[in-house]
Amino acid sequence: MSLFLIVALPFFGALLPGLMNAAGRSACAGVTFTVSLAAFFGLLTNLPAILAGEVVMARVDWIPSLGLNFTLMLDGLGFFFALLILGIGLLIIAYARHYLSRKDNMGEFFTYLLLFQGAMVGIVLSDNILLLLVFWELTSLSSFLLIGYWKHLPEGRQGARMALTVTGMGGLAMIGGMLILGQIAGSYDLSVILQNRALIQADPLYVPALILILMGCFTKSAQFPFHFWLPHAMAAPTPVSAYLHSATMVKAGIFLMARMWPVLSGTPEWFMIVTTAGLVTMVLGAVIALFKHDLKALLAFSTVSHLGLITMLLGTGTAFGAMAAVFHILNHATFKAALFMSAGIIDHGAHTRDIRRLGGLRTLMPVTFVIATVAALSMAGIPLLNGFLSKEMMLEETTHTVLFGIPWLVPALATLGSLLSAAYCFRLIGHVFLGPVRDDYPAKPHDPGSGLWLPPGILVVLVVVIGVAPFLAEPFVKLVTASLLGGEAEVPKAYFKIWHGLVPALFLSIIAVVGGLILMTVFKPLLRLWETTPRPEAKVIFEGIVEAAARLARKVILGLHNGAFTRYAAIGSVAIIVSGLYAWTTGTVAPPTRAPQPAGPVPIAGWLMLAAATCGMVILHRNRFLSLILIGIVGLMVSIGFVFLSAPDLAMTQFTVEVVTIILLLLALNFLPNQTPVESSVLRRVRDAGVAAAGGLATFALAHHYLLRDAVSTPISEFHLANSYKGGGGTNVVNVILVDFRGFDTYGEIIVLGIAALLIYALTETLLRGPVRARLLNREPDQPRAGDMHPMMMVVLTRVIMPVVLMVGFYIFLRGHNEPGGGFIAGLIVSIAVVMQYMASGFAWTSARLKYPYHGVIGAGVLVAGFTGIGAWFVGEPFLTSYFTYVRIPPFEKFELATAALFDLGVFLSVVGAVMLSLESFSRLARRAHVTDSEHPMDIDPSRDDLATGRTETVNEGA
Amino acid sequence: MELIVASAIGILTAGGIYLMLRLRTFPVILGLSLLTYAVNVFLFASGRLTIGAPPVLRDDMTVYTDPLPQALVLTAIVISFGMTAVVVMIGLGAFLGSDDDHVDDQPEDEDEQTEGQS
Repeated sequence: MSLFLIVALPFFGALLPGLMNAAGRSACAGVTFTVSLAAFFGLLTNLPAILAGEVVMARVDWIPSLGLNFTLMLDGLGFFFALLILGIGLLIIAYARHYLSRKDNMGEFFTYLLLFQGAMVGIVLSDNILLLLVFWELTSLSSFLLIGYWKHLPEGRQGARMALTVTGMGGLAMIGGMLILGQIAGSYDLSVILQNRALIQADPLYVPALILILMGCFTKSAQFPFHFWLPHAMAAPTPVSAYLHSATMVKAGIFLMARMWPVLSGTPEWFMIVTTAGLVTMVLGAVIALFKHDLKALLAFSTVSHLGLITMLLGTGTAFGAMAAVFHILNHATFKAALFMSAGIIDHGAHTRDIRRLGGLRTLMPVTFVIATVAALSMAGIPLLNGFLSKEMMLEETTHTVLFGIPWLVPALATLGSLLSAAYCFRLIGHVFLGPVRDDYPAKPHDPGSGLWLPPGILVVLVVVIGVAPFLAEPFVKLVTASLLGGEAEVPKAYFKIWHGLVPALFLSIIAVVGGLILMTVFKPLLRLWETTPRPEAKVIFEGIVEAAARLARKVILGLHNGAFTRYAAIGSVAIIVSGLYAWTTGTVAPPTRAPQPAGPVPIAGWLMLAAATCGMVILHRNRFLSLILIGIVGLMVSIGFVFLSAPDLAMTQFTVEVVTIILLLLALNFLPNQTPVESSVLRRVRDAGVAAAGGLATFALAHHYLLRDAVSTPISEFHLANSYKGGGGTNVVNVILVDFRGFDTYGEIIVLGIAALLIYALTETLLRGPVRARLLNREPDQPRAGDMHPMMMVVLTRVIMPVVLMVGFYIFLRGHNEPGGGFIAGLIVSIAVVMQYMASGFAWTSARLKYPYHGVIGAGVLVAGFTGIGAWFVGEPFLTSYFTYVRIPPFEKFELATAALFDLGVFLSVVGAVMLSLESFSRLARRAHVTDSEHPMDIDPSRDDLATGRTETVNEGA
Repeated sequence: MELIVASAIGILTAGGIYLMLRLRTFPVILGLSLLTYAVNVFLFASGRLTIGAPPVLRDDMTVYTDPLPQALVLTAIVISFGMTAVVVMIGLGAFLGSDDDHVDDQPEDEDEQTEGQS
């Protein structure tokens, strides 16, 4: 199967569980399982190639200019991790089906799980490091959703937040590191980077890149000092913990270290940082794990500890260390996933995970006992189980590792870690399963159905099989190791066997196991000692840092952003004026090149009216109704100005927009107070007037300056004028620009317009559902209402001219390509025709006669325009390429057919829909407020406001 | 002619800024509308002023005004309607919800303040 498909399957499959939610829990889990299984088999089809030592590649260029390509690569290492992710994923899905209760939304859970799975597979198959980063961030996000899946639990939310913060910051560091690495190697493709070990390690930026990348790996894999997030992520449902913390998420950091091993390892810096961090994590995690009472917390810290072990092995930089790491990754995934699932089973059966409240479950839950014990013994490093083998390889490796020049340091610490590890494993078995049966369990413990124990059971079988017959795993582990080493070192010859003879590692192993047993005998006093020792709590420190950062941010934000809009507006205006002034004084001002044109009496008269209306608005703005009339005058003067200055299209648009805007503001004014009270001080008004005058002067100076000078370079309009008819088939250049040359712009604009209208609709809906509704219903209109709600003259007139207006709109639309007009203007004209019906005949009458909802009209418009654009693809042209031809059907004259007209139709529909939806939303507010539904036009409102009793009746009817 | 158009832009801007700095929603919306006119005319004027030469191709004409600013301003006019409508709706919703049409945040009560911080 193609690698693309393997990565894509979980992502596309993530759509399914949500859809199958209604079909039942088994269907939901089944479809998830099928998707994973398909990806799993897809992966297996590549097995022969991997076994033959080939590297499977798949490549699609995405953004080649950035070096970001969708390149996937499957080699032994990637195959190994993908196998773990998908294989254990299958078991987890089966387990989760039985684990989640009926209250949990299963579709949501499996959607997140599949998203996570896809992202993980993406990481391990990426060949491009930028692509890898994309998937890396996706795992952070999807694991955030998974950890916080139980939204009702505060610990779940906090744990998810902490995980996201820590891994997200690590991811940020890693982006920096990867970019440096790509710059050094000259390519963002892993296959190239992996070949350039010498070049990269010699570069002065090697150390910064290494540290940044390791930050990403350490945060993800919970290495000291970033280990603290992992235990808090345990608030997640157990299947999530089992999946994220055994086989996937935390292994992503390990994977990356393994992936980068051929280029980054082997230097003193790598050795010091990675080995030290790994050792510290290993010992620290084991100590904390020993004293945890929550089963999952114990397992979480043991995971931290084992990840430290693997990190330490990778840090040694030797081929044997790398092989031991690969083997331990495999073994850890099997026994840890089984243990997590067992913890979930115990929680399920006994309703507690507190070790202090458990004990004696051996006879009550025999199946679980066997599974958990085998897995735990494997983790402790008992022979004949797989954990023993890799742990012994680890100890063997440590005897050759010298850190800080002290030969015994690493073996001693590693043995201490193993000893503690054995101790907590024994504690898990002893305190949970052995001992007397108690009678105070929160619930009666019992073995679950096979759906819950079978998945961990399968893993435990693997634990035993590998443990008894390690030679079965040997070829595979060596294959993976070979691809990890990437030809930088030889795969070690060492054989995988249980008995190596009396080597030092065996003695260390024995010390660890026996020491662990001894530790258990003195556990109680140790615990008392542990509990009385003060120690820093990572969560408190983390929250302290977050709280301090939030406090600082709040202080800065509240200082700058105090909610005073007028202040922002004033600061913004002054800033713009000052920077403009700076540019003006520092730039060069050329002499005028255009002669001023004389102005006749008509422009001067228009200017006087515009100036008077604007000044009137400023002076009389407290009378809101009057200022609305004045702004109408301003708009009218602007329209006339457009006519005068050779812009007929603009004039028509401005004029029609003016009409709908005034209607809109009138509708709003219906609810708002009619007067603006005097609030601001004289000083403030003087200040505002000063700012306004400065702004006005600035724009005046700028406009006057460039109106008298020609453009510095030839405007691109020359091209438009020359090609409008030849290329676009229209003589109205403005319209051809809109629907053809810059059609993509227009397409975006009608979408924006549609979104604005939908936003208004949504706001109205929210208002009408919320507490505002009651207010509206009880509102007393502050103006006396007309007794004649639908005046007969107006009703007759609007109905008669409706077809005429529609005809005009149609005409304007058709001629738009060659004469002033087009979709925008026609849409506005038709909207006005419809609004007139609303105004004259009433809301109910008009809406009853409308067939199509306005949302649909907007959508249809956008779709028509979009499909017109897509149509160009079928003839091999780019999006929105237009085509036109001339046809002649007798007895008509020859006429033009252009795809641009179809696009303009989309514009037309969107404009009609958007304008009408906005106005309709506003009038719905008014309608609910105090107007009763009336089917009849030309009626008389009996509830005039001079009849006080009548009005209350109306209100009741309206409710 | 140039002086007339430039000064009209200046007057519209000044009026717009003054009204935008008022304290209630309605004048602020009117101020934004005035600014919209000013900006549209300003953009339109960037194609320089030509009288009697609309950009509609004719056989007997050789000089046309610059069509590109016109096309851009045309969509700007329509979009500004959408923007005005959204702003009006937000202002109206705020007023209907709180009976207060101030644009600035008003000083809050003690209770609300502690609630806001938690």
